[in-house]
Amino acid sequence: MTLWLFVLQRGSALVLAPLVVAHLALVVMVSRDGLSAAEILARTQGSTGWAAFYGLFVLAAAVHAPIGLRNVIRETTPWRGRGLDFAMALLFLVMLALGLRAVIAVVGS
Amino acid sequence: MQPTSETELEVAIWRGGDSGNFQTYLVPQRADQTVLDVVTWVQRHLEPALAYRFACRVGMCGSCAMTVNGRPRWTCRSHVAKVAPGGRLEIAPLANLPVIRDLATDMTGFFDKWQAAGGRFVPSASRADPPARVDPGSPARRAADAGIECINCGVCHGACDVVRARPGDLGPAALNRAWTLVNDQRHGDVAGVLRAVSEDGGCHGCHSQGSCTTHCPLGLDPSAAIAGLKRRTLLNWLGGEGRP
Repeated sequence: MTLWLFVLQRGSALVLAPLVVAHLALVVMVSRDGLSAAEILARTQGSTGWAAFYGLFVLAAAVHAPIGLRNVIRETTPWRGRGLDFAMALLFLVMLALGLRAVIAVVGS
Repeated sequence: MQPTSETELEVAIWRGGDSGNFQTYLVPQRADQTVLDVVTWVQRHLEPALAYRFACRVGMCGSCAMTVNGRPRWTCRSHVAKVAPGGRLEIAPLANLPVIRDLATDMTGFFDKWQAAGGRFVPSASRADPPARVDPGSPARRAADAGIECINCGVCHGACDVVRARPGDLGPAALNRAWTLVNDQRHGDVAGVLRAVSEDGGCHGCHSQGSCTTHCPLGLDPSAAIAGLKRRTLLNWLGGEGRP
């Protein structure tokens, strides 16, 4: 792993750690309170705060996962080089697109 | 082959190159016997063609490292009674290096990695200059002192799972050397070392699993050295140096 990938992976981990904890806490709270989908959407739609929270979450996860997966693949299989880098860049774009689509669905009105 | 009495060791020794097999020998057990003593006894009495490497026999030269019962060790200071209490030894060449023959590995790549990690000292002064005044208590000098006793035995390199997975990676010994130079105030190319260890296969691929530190026969801490390199390269990057 080169330095800039290391920086991106550690930086995204730093962002992800509190967001994951907050997200899990949120999931537990929401399910214990028995909120329906409509009640959740009423709270999230149009909210800049939730858009920022989950937008950042998606971006950090999309950066973090492909770098880690690339390391795992390079250490456990003979696959490396440009083909792998291209595939991981593609994974980043797919994760980002799917994630942002979900964020828009939750916060968009 | 089974030992005929309690005074014999059953010793399986690797024969051949990268592909080969273990052959078993019976070796008389002695008090205070080292693994290197056992290998030497086999060569002198049973297998004159057995290839292995040693020089000083006292833990200074770093040439006798082998894999003993699955673990990398310096054989000259590994007592049989401690590393093989059951009286069975399996001795293989040091892992993560090409095997020349039997227990002798080709260490060329290992030492090439020292160079690739920027391990060559670059003077920052000439002989006309006065000697550098180095404060032995300074944090940098203490960090360098912690790593400079390395005897290049390759045990940490043989213990490293990252090198096992990616044989081209620099490995703990070369990175430990790099860290001592980064902390040597007399070194004239610290930026070059930090650049070298930041390449693909350098310090950032380390999982900090610590096998190097666990197995280092001298009790050095290459894992901490690598962590130091990660920290230093990161701080440099944040400070605007060494960015692509």
